[in-house]
Order: sequence, then structure tokens, then C-alpha cells
Amino acid sequence: MEKINRRTFIKNIGAGTAVVGAAALAGCEGKNNPLVDSTSALGEIPTDQMTYRTNPKTGEKVSILGYGCMRWPMKPKEDGEGEELDQEQINRLVDCALEHGVNYFDTAPVYCQGQSEKATGIALARHPRDSYFIATKLSNFSPDTQTYEGSVGMYKNSLKELQTDYIDYLLLHALGGNIGDFYHRFVDNGVMEFLMKEREAGRIRNLGFSFHGGKDGFDKLMELHETYHWDFVQIQMNYLDWSKSFDWQNAEFTAEYLYKELEKRNIPVVIMEPLLGGRLAKVNEHVAGQLKQAEPERSIASWAFRFCGTWPGVLTVLSGMTYMEHLEDNLRSFCPLKPLTEDEVAMLGRMAQEILKYPNIPCTACQYCMPCPYGLDIPGIFAHYNKCVNEGNMLVSSADENYRKARRAFLVGYDRSVPRLRQADHCIRCGRCLEHCPQHINIPEQMDKINQYAETLKQELEF
Amino acid sequence: MLRKVRIALATLFFLSILWLFLDFTGTAQQWVGWMAKIQFLPAVLALNVGIIIGLLALTLALGRVYCSVICPLGVMQDIFAWFGRKAKKNRYNYSPAKSWLRYAVLAVFIVLIVLGIGSAVALLAPYSAFGRICQTLLQPLWIWGNNLLAMIAEKVDSYAFYREEVWMRSWPVAIVAIVTLVALFILAWRNGRTYCNTICPVGTVLGFVSRFSLLKPVIDTSKCNGCKLCARNCKAACINPEKHEIDYSRCVDCMDCINKCRQGAISYTIALPKKKAKADASPASETPADQDRRAFILTSSAVLATAAVESQAKKVDGGLAVIAEKKVPRRHTKIVPPGSLSIKNLEDHCTGCQLCVSECPNGVLRPSGGIVTFMQPEASYERGYCRPECTRCADVCPTGAIRPITKEEKTAIQIGHAVWIRCNCIPLHSDDTCGACANHCPTGAIQMVPLMHKGKEVMAPAVNEELCIGCGACENLCPARPFSAIYVEGHEVHREI
Repeated sequence: MEKINRRTFIKNIGAGTAVVGAAALAGCEGKNNPLVDSTSALGEIPTDQMTYRTNPKTGEKVSILGYGCMRWPMKPKEDGEGEELDQEQINRLVDCALEHGVNYFDTAPVYCQGQSEKATGIALARHPRDSYFIATKLSNFSPDTQTYEGSVGMYKNSLKELQTDYIDYLLLHALGGNIGDFYHRFVDNGVMEFLMKEREAGRIRNLGFSFHGGKDGFDKLMELHETYHWDFVQIQMNYLDWSKSFDWQNAEFTAEYLYKELEKRNIPVVIMEPLLGGRLAKVNEHVAGQLKQAEPERSIASWAFRFCGTWPGVLTVLSGMTYMEHLEDNLRSFCPLKPLTEDEVAMLGRMAQEILKYPNIPCTACQYCMPCPYGLDIPGIFAHYNKCVNEGNMLVSSADENYRKARRAFLVGYDRSVPRLRQADHCIRCGRCLEHCPQHINIPEQMDKINQYAETLKQELEF
Repeated sequence: MLRKVRIALATLFFLSILWLFLDFTGTAQQWVGWMAKIQFLPAVLALNVGIIIGLLALTLALGRVYCSVICPLGVMQDIFAWFGRKAKKNRYNYSPAKSWLRYAVLAVFIVLIVLGIGSAVALLAPYSAFGRICQTLLQPLWIWGNNLLAMIAEKVDSYAFYREEVWMRSWPVAIVAIVTLVALFILAWRNGRTYCNTICPVGTVLGFVSRFSLLKPVIDTSKCNGCKLCARNCKAACINPEKHEIDYSRCVDCMDCINKCRQGAISYTIALPKKKAKADASPASETPADQDRRAFILTSSAVLATAAVESQAKKVDGGLAVIAEKKVPRRHTKIVPPGSLSIKNLEDHCTGCQLCVSECPNGVLRPSGGIVTFMQPEASYERGYCRPECTRCADVCPTGAIRPITKEEKTAIQIGHAVWIRCNCIPLHSDDTCGACANHCPTGAIQMVPLMHKGKEVMAPAVNEELCIGCGACENLCPARPFSAIYVEGHEVHREI
């Protein structure tokens, strides 16, 4: 708390306004005290107001805000070669989260280029083991980890890196639409049998899976509930995907469908991508204006979090918080959670329609496609493109009024955010990224589209 | 007053040409590009008769004002000399003309031009010397400054400035530039215009004309009290105070002496040439009008200079694949930019001033390290390719080595053709399909055709040499590294397709 006080203190100084001391609390109505100290504008974050959900199997209380450990802060390495995780910052974030009641930490062996588990373990081991729940995953994506030894070795390594002898929530990482993939990775090699035994032995308290795939695969996995008794399932959910299908062949295959299927079976739901990798925080001006109008003192991101938290079957909503301000903002949204009203849910539905009108590429910067063997910075390219879309710098015609400005913003911003050697023109359409994208983006096609657009601008062609 | 006018004009010209060389955005060219085109030697090599006559007429009327106003290297030396005079007042002395040296250097220079030894020309020519100092030594500082602004602009979400990469194009050229700068600095610091009045071929030619100039500084012997202040402040060391004579072939009309003279004995006025000047008149054949195109060249002996050491530091953050640096392939025939008509034309006209190199926004042009073509531009495609919308090198070239072309003309000028290197090609030795070269070819000269390779059918590029213009998009964007699987061979003579 001390740190937060210092932060707000600094903000006060920065504001440089005359502070009318205690009178501030009197509110804005009083004629004699129109100035309010900024501390009261933001409000102190309470440490005892976190909303909790109960796991029906274990009865344990899980904080509605879960810490996603996929986007830990980085810092430049001391030798200047590349970047590494900023352990000091991670410790601070974890301390602050625990202090405010966050008790669910979700990591995976592959996160942060394989460094996440270790860093998370270091930060958490400084606190009593019973004050938090650890979720990690079996990320046996590469063929050499798909053997029994490979997968079990990965699991054992997770225990070691996380400095614990049990995992609270273990997930089969990213099950896809193809059920054969599940059998290949977990059943045929005997890994599933091993995990079930670990669950019986209490070293895995809850066993579930995270899902990125089509309807067929999901329905089959639900059928397998009889066999495996999924203790929880992690799905992608947010107000954009709630009614938008993940699968172009099945219009009804939405986040709502996934949620309802799980709720029907009384399986607790863990939410990932509540913000779509930040996309629902960086909405276009029109949507931003309407959200701010409805709740002027709440952040735009808070709507996305509250939307997920509103559904009672949700155990926890994961957020990959890189910076203290992300954490603080989310704590404000969840301490305590103010569920959305029906009207507000309906408004977000309209916002989703507005957002979908913009030609954004639905990349969440999860980095699963990386590294691209030909060196492209795929998420970086998409982020730049989406930024231009949101800022209204995407031209429809070369005769547009803002042509010069938008052209410069796109090209200069492109070189700034992505080194030239890693830009879309270096895509050779090998298609190796395609199977990795949980959002099912046709990456080579999008690369081609972005490159065409960049070329049109560079050559100042008419369109 | 006259001195102030000279300084004001010189400052204007100097800063403009400096800007022209430092600028990488193409803005300066539109405003001050003409200032490079009125430089004497480039105009001679461009056979720009109008400018040559204009400059000669200017010299005939006013003396060597060209050397103290228009020539950036001359002004640069004045700046050095100014510092020299700060250190020690009245530092110069009269010295007799070293005519034999001047004319010998001029003669050698003309012979070298005729022989087509561009490297020697580039070493001696004043404008080129200035250009390479700017391009290799000052432009990096300019770009770093710009990058700092770009960093700030990025922070405040402004697109006013953009980052530009600084890279070492050629070590030999940088070394030559440093040596030139140091030598000129010492010479100018100590003795003012030594270079201009002994080595510089332009100075010698203009000096020959200027002795007949209409207006010149003249000493009024009736007013002179023989204090020698003028001589001791003459950076050209051309005032003989004993005889009250000024060597007009060396005087650059800086007007310093007029200001210095406390008696008001020197004035810039009309004076008829003394009769004895006729005695040492050289044959007219040495005038620049006869410096025709260089007749021969030592034909392209596949000079491959890869002296440039890639100095770009690679940033690796683990989430991105490491990208190997591209290496310069061995080209049998070098590539010269569109507009240069032929390798011979470029070699005949280029003074190696580096203006095109400093302008090239795509990292394509760099100075040659070849002995004969030293410092003349050549193209390579490791960092970028000759983009269809760009004609910057042709826009700026003052010598006619690269002739002006339009974007439309450029798309049809064949400067080389692409050659496929089977054993580097990605589809042939990996499971990945490719087609980057065909996708990016602006003229549609490359198509992917099925080919049997080790018992399986793969798609490989086929180049239609008739359609290929040699822009290097394929070479640059080929995923094979460090050597591309497709590269461009230059053509000796460019043609339209």
C-alpha cells in the first residue's frame, strides 16, 4: 500500500492544482470548494473488497481477478543483448496483487519465452503457499515433448520452477478443434492416465484444459467429461466474442455457447482474453466516447472485465497485467465487482457491433505464432495496423481529405513499430504460423493485404 | 561592405549545400538542388555549356568570387582559416605563385579525366572532397540528431520526424574523407588558401581567367604607406607589398584586404590588365571548354569491392527469429543506378561527390571501392532495393552521370537482370513453399514454375530476362540468407524495355 500512496502522492504533485484539503470529500456540489484533491477522484483501492467465487469441487474461494503471467514486464539485459524478465517489477506486482486479494496466478511453461514459470515461482515463493492458487499448463506443442517422458518431464519441471509440490489448477494447454490432436498429445502416450493419478494423489488439485478451436472439438471434449471429469475449463470470452462466432462454419459457436455448455455441466469457467490482448481497451473513438459517457470515471477496459465477471459460472477472469497501472485499474474494477445490469450488457452488445464495423485484425498478441521462421514480427505488424484503424488513419481512397497525414502516420509509424527486416513484405507465405493462431487469423493473407496497402502508400498510387 | 556581402552570400551557399548533403528526406533537393548543379567541375562533366559560360563570365567580370562564395570547400577553408586567425593575428605572408605545380596538377588532372580515371578526379576535385566529408563524416551526426528528435516525436505521438539508419557504406572512403579533412584543416589553419592555389584544378582554371577580370582589388600606391597589413591578412598569400602588386590568378576576392587597409588604399574597381601579363599567357587549349568527355575507360574488369563492413548491431529479444545479415553477392557486372545510361557514362561523368549516395533512401547506393572507380556510386540490394517511386539520385546528380528520369521512365529502364541460384532456393531444400521473388516483382518478370527436384515437384522461380529491370526487389526480399537465391547482374549499357 505504501507504494500506491507514493504513486498517488506523486500524481498530486504533478497535477499542480491547489488542494482544498479535507473539504474535498464534501463532493463537487459545494459552491465554496470546487477543487478536489486527485486522491479522492481516483479513490483508494480497498484491500478487503475483492469479489470471490467458490470452486464447487473444493469449496475454495478464488478471486474473480486472476493474474495472467503471460505478459510479465521485460527489461534490457545487462549485457545489452536482448531482454529478460524484470524480476523486481514482477515481485512488486505479485505483492500488490496478493495484498489486494488476488489469489489465482496462471502461467505456462511456454510463456515469456519459457521464463514465466520461474519468475512467477520466485515471486510467489516469498509468500505462504496456502495464500494463493497456481495454475499452469502442459504445453507439449513440439513433437519431442509429446512422448510420455517428454510431457511428464515438462510437468515435473513446472513443479520445480514454481517451487511447489502440487499444482492447484493444471490445464492441458490449448486444445484445438481437432479431437485427434487431444488423443495424440495426451491419451495415446498415456499422459492423461498419469495426470488422473496425480489428481488422485492430490498433486494436481484441479484438472482441466484451455480451449482454442472449433465446435466439433469442443462438443467431443464435453462428451469426454464423463470420462475425465474436467474440474474447470478455460475459454476465451469477452463482449466481442460473446455473440460473434469463433468458427465461420458455425454461426452459433460463440463464447456464449461455450459458457452455457459449461454452466450446464456445472464446470467452473476460467476466462482468458477478456480484453482481447488489449484490443477492448484501445477501441475506436466512437465506442470509447459512449463507454466513457456511461461511466465517466471508469476505464474503458473496466467494461470488458465487468462483462466477464457478471456471469456467475465464471471462476476467475485472467488479465495479463504488465504494469502497475493495469493492476490498479483492474483492482478498481473487481474490489468489489459491480455486475453489469441487463441494459449495460445490451449496450456492450451494441458496442461490439460498432467495433466489428472497423476492419481490425483480431490479433491478441499472444505470440503463439512466434518466432516466425523468416523473422517477421507478426503481432507487431498487426498491432500497428490496428492502431491505424482505430485512429482513423486507414484510408479508403487516395482522394481522402486526410491522405497526406494518414499516409505519413501509417508509414512512419510502421517503421517505428516494426524494423524493416521484420515487416510484412518479408512474408513468404509458408503458412507455418497458421496452425498456431488461436484466433484463426489467416496470417499470410493479412500480411499480403498490409503489404499491398503499404506499397500503395509508398508509391503514392491512386486507389 | 563588400566583405560583408561576400560573407553573407558565402554563408547562404555553404549552408544550403551542406543541407543538401546532409538531408536524407529529399526536401533540400527541391530548394537548393541547383546549387550543386552550378558547381564548376560537375557542370563541365555534365557538358552544361550555359553554366560553364556563366561561371567564366562571372570570373571575367568579378574575379574568383566563385572560390569564395559558390565553392563549399573554399568557404569551409575560410572557416578553418578564420579560426587560425583567431589563434594568431596577421599570420599570412606573401609567397610567390607556384605556377609549375598548379599547371602540372591541372595537366595531370586533365589527362586523368581523358583516361577516365574517375578515382583520381574524385580525389582532387574540390566539390567532391566536400561531398565526401559531408556524407561520411557529417551526415551520420545529422541523422543521429534526427533520430533523437524522432525518439522524442515518438514519445509525444508525432510523425514529424522518422528514424533513419546510420551505416558505414565504405571504410576506404571514410578514411579518405578524414585524411582530406585533416589535411585541409591544417593547410587552411596555417596558410589559408594553399589548396585552392596549388592543387585545386578549378582554382587554376578560374585563376587563369580571373587575371583578366574587369573588377579587382587595386592598390592605390599614392595612398599606401607600406604597412603590409594587407599582405599579412591575405589568405591567398597573393599581395606583394614591396611591389604593390596583387597576383590576380590567386586572389579569391575575399575583400579582406580592403577592410584591413587603414589608409583606404585598396579598392575593388575596374583596372585594365598590365601589359606584362601577356607574356605568360598559356595556350588557349587548356581552357575548360576543351575538357571534353573522357574518351576511354578501362572497361569493367568486374571490380568487386566489398570493403563495407556491416556494422549494424542486431537486437535479439528471443521472441523473434534471428535474421542473418545479407551479404553482397559477387556480381560479374556491377549495377549502376537508372538514369546513368551505362557504366561508361557514369564513370566518365561522375566526380564521386557522394550526393546520390547520401540521398539514396533505400540503402542501395554506396561508393565503389574499385581503384579506377573509387568513390563512384554503385548499387547493391542487401538493405533495400531500387524502389519504383524513387528517382532521387537522378534528381540530385549535378554532373550528368545520372541523368534526370521520371518515375514512369524508370519502370522501363533495364539496369540489370535477375539470376536464380538454385542451391540457395528455399523450396528446394526445405519443406516450405515460397514465391517471395515472384510476389514482389514490380514488372511481373518472375513466375513460379513446377520443377522436379530430388523426386518431388516444387515450385521455383523462372525469370523472364526481357521483362526484368534489375530493381532488386527479388534479391532484397528473398528469404535465403546470407546469400539470396536470386540476385541481380548489372548491365553495362542500360536500355528501355
